[in-house]
Amino acid sequence: MKGFIPARGLSFAYVARNLWARKLTTLLTAGGMALVIFVFATVLMMAEGLRHTLGGTGSYHNAVVTSQGAQTEVQSTVDRQQAAIIELFPGLASNAQGRALASQEVLVLVNLPKSHAGAASKTLANTVVRGTTANGLAMRPQVKIVEGRLFRTGHSELMVGAGVARGSHGVKVGSTLHFGLRDWTVVGVFDSGNSGFDSELWGDSEQMMQAFRRQAFSSVLVRLRDAESYALFTRALAADTRLKANSQRESVFYADQSEQLANFISILGKTITVIFSIGAIIGAMITMYASVANRTVEIGTLRALGFRRSNIVSAFLQEAMLLGLLSGVLGLLAASFMQMLEISTTNMQTFSEIVFTLILTPMIAVQVLCFAVFMGIVGGVLPAVRAARLNIVDALRAA
Amino acid sequence: MLLPYTLKLASKNMWRHRLRSTLTVTGIAIAMISFGLLRTVVDAWYEGAALASASRLITRNEVSLGFSLPLTYGERIRKTDGVAGVTWANWFGGIYIDAKHRFPQFAVDAASYFQLYPEYVFSDKEKSDFLRDRRGVVVGQKIAQEYGWKIGDTVPLKGTFYPGTWQFHVRGIYHGEDGKVDETQFLFHWDYLNETVKALLPSRANSVGVFIVYLKNANAAATVSAAIDSTFKNSLAETRTETQKAFQLSFVAMVDTILVAIQTVAYVVILIIMAVMANTMAMTARERTREYATLKALGFHDSFVFMLIVGESMAIALVGGFAGVVLSFPLAKAFHQATGRLFMVFDITPTTIALQLAAAVLIGLCAAAVPAYSSSRIRIVDGLRAVA
Repeated sequence: MKGFIPARGLSFAYVARNLWARKLTTLLTAGGMALVIFVFATVLMMAEGLRHTLGGTGSYHNAVVTSQGAQTEVQSTVDRQQAAIIELFPGLASNAQGRALASQEVLVLVNLPKSHAGAASKTLANTVVRGTTANGLAMRPQVKIVEGRLFRTGHSELMVGAGVARGSHGVKVGSTLHFGLRDWTVVGVFDSGNSGFDSELWGDSEQMMQAFRRQAFSSVLVRLRDAESYALFTRALAADTRLKANSQRESVFYADQSEQLANFISILGKTITVIFSIGAIIGAMITMYASVANRTVEIGTLRALGFRRSNIVSAFLQEAMLLGLLSGVLGLLAASFMQMLEISTTNMQTFSEIVFTLILTPMIAVQVLCFAVFMGIVGGVLPAVRAARLNIVDALRAA
Repeated sequence: MLLPYTLKLASKNMWRHRLRSTLTVTGIAIAMISFGLLRTVVDAWYEGAALASASRLITRNEVSLGFSLPLTYGERIRKTDGVAGVTWANWFGGIYIDAKHRFPQFAVDAASYFQLYPEYVFSDKEKSDFLRDRRGVVVGQKIAQEYGWKIGDTVPLKGTFYPGTWQFHVRGIYHGEDGKVDETQFLFHWDYLNETVKALLPSRANSVGVFIVYLKNANAAATVSAAIDSTFKNSLAETRTETQKAFQLSFVAMVDTILVAIQTVAYVVILIIMAVMANTMAMTARERTREYATLKALGFHDSFVFMLIVGESMAIALVGGFAGVVLSFPLAKAFHQATGRLFMVFDITPTTIALQLAAAVLIGLCAAAVPAYSSSRIRIVDGLRAVA
C-alpha cells in the first residue's frame, strides 16, 4: 500500500505566511532590495526619458540639411546661395504661395546664467537659440504656444521652450535677455510635447543673422512631399557639386544626438546596479538561511509527512521569489514618483543644455520586476538546497 | 571593569553564526568599496580643474564658446597691465577613425603657445621640426601610445566644425613635467587652420576660439580679467575672462546633475547595506532572547546586554569596513586602468577613507539600535519564556 503522498507541493499560502510571520526581517530585506530596484529603475527611466525627448524631436517627414562633416546644427554652415539651391531640389512640398516649404535656420549657443536654489554662484548653461522662419513654424505643428504669443518677424523677440521656462534660468514672458549686442524680449512660451525643442529659445532667423553678424545659416529644414521624395531629394543633394552637404530625416537627426548620453547613463547605471545587487542578494541569502534554520523541525515534519525534497526546494524558492517581487514592487513604486523630476544637464554631443523628464514604460517595469525576482532566486537557491538536504531524523530532533 | 569581557563576548558571539557573519562582512566590504569608488569618480572629475595653473587666464566670447574672437584682440590684450604673455587656440573637434575615438584637438599659435605651457616637455629638435612643418602636430604621449603614432607618421582627421579631411604629420610627442599634465592633447599650427579656412570660408578667417593670458602676478587675476573685459565692452565681440581653473570648472558644472546623481547613489548603497546589517542584528537578537534573559537573571545589568549587542554589531561593521577600505585601493587602480584616459588622476582621498570608516561605524550603530534597546528592556520572565 502506498503511503500518503501529497498530490501537489506546498501551497502558496504557506509560502506567503512564512514571509508574513517575520515581518521586521522581511521588511528590512525587502527594503534593501527595493533600494537597488529603485536605483535600477531610475537609471533606465533616465535613459528612456532622454531618448524619448530627443527621439520625439522633429518629424519623420522633414529633412535637415547640414554641411558635410557637421554632426550638430551648431557646427554646420549653409550660406544664402546654397540655401537657395536647396529650395529648388525635387521632392519638396510647397506652401500656399507655391514656394518650397523650406526654413533657413540659425543655431547659436548662448550662455544663460542658471541659478541654483541656495547656491551663491551661478553657473552658465549653453542654451540653444534657434532662429527660424514662418515656414519653420508651419513645418513643426507640434509646437504650440502655451503663454503669450509667437515672435514677430523683423523684431528682437523670442519665445522660450517650456523646459527653459520651468527651469532655473528665471526666464518668463516679459523678461529681456541680452546677447548679440541687443536686448531680446521674451513674448511667449511654447510647448512641443516634451521634445528637445522645449530646451530651446526661438526667434526670427534674419534677426539672428544680423545680431550675430553671420554670413551663413546653420541648417535648412525642408518638408518632403511624400514617401518616395526623401530618396529623390538626397540623390539630388549628393549630385550637386555646388554644395557639400548632408541630409537626414529630422526625427533621426535628433535621435542620434541622444545616443551617447543615453548609453553613458545606462552603462553607468547598470554597472552600479550589478554591484549594489550583490549587497542585496547577500541580504536575501541571510534572511533565507535564517528562515531555514528557524524551521528545521518544521521542515523535518513536512518531509516525514511525505513531502519530497523538490517540494521543499520549491517552497523556499517561491518564498525568495515572493520576497524579490515584493521588493521589486516597492522599488518600482518609489521610482514611479521620480517621473515628476525634471533633469537639465549638458548633452556633451551637442554641447548644449537639454531638459528631460524621467519616463516609466511598461518595458522598464517588466525588466525591473524580473531583475527583482532574479535577485530573490539567487539569494534563495543555496538556502533552499540546504533545507532540502536536511536529514529527516536529525531535523526532527533539532531543538 | 566589564568592558574587556563585553568585548570578548561580543567578538565571540560574532562567530557563532559563521556563515551569516561572513555574508554580512562581505556585504559591508562591497558596499564600502562601491561607496569609495563612486566618491572617487566624482573627485576625479573635479581634479582636472583643481590642477589648472593659477597664473593663466582664459578669454573667450561673452555669448558662448560657440562664438570666436577676432585675432586682433590678441595685441590689445597683450597691452593690458599685468599681462606677461598671450597665446591663442581654436578647438578643432575633428574625428579620428570614428566618433568614439575622442581626444582634445587644438589649433595653437606655434610660436607662443609652448612658451606659455612649459609643462609640455619635448626635445628642442622636435620643437624646431614642428615649427618648420606647417602640417606638423605635437601629440601627448598617452594618445601616441594608444594609436601607435611615431614621429613622422601622418594622421588624418575629419573636420566637423571645419569641413574636409585634414592631414597632419606627427613632429613631436610631449610628456608632462609631472603627473598632473594632460597627455592626450593634439596640438597643431593655427596658421595652417587659418589659411585653409581663409580659402574655404573667408568669413570665418582670422578668428580665435580662446586667448590664453599669462599673468605677471597670479594674485592680480581678478583685476586683469576685469580690465580685459572692459576693453571690449560694447564691441562686436564682448569677452568673458576667467582663470583657467574657473574655465575648467564651468565644464564640470555642465555635468553636475550627473555628478550629483552619482553622489546620491553612493549614499544609497550605505542605506542598502544598513538594511542588510540591521536584519542580521535583528535576527541574532531574536534568536538569543533567552540567552540575554539568562544573563540578566544571573545579575548582569541591562547596559551589559545593550553593550553586548552594540559591540557585536560594531565588530562586524568595522571588520567589513576595514576590509572595504583596504580592497578599495587595488580596485581603484584597476578601475583607473580599465577606463583608459577618461580620468587623469584617480586617487582615493583621505576624506573618502574617513567617510568610509564613518559609514561603517554608523551602519554598526544603527543596525544595533533597535535590537539592543528592546533586548535590554525585555523582562527576564518574558525573555526566558521566549521561543526563537
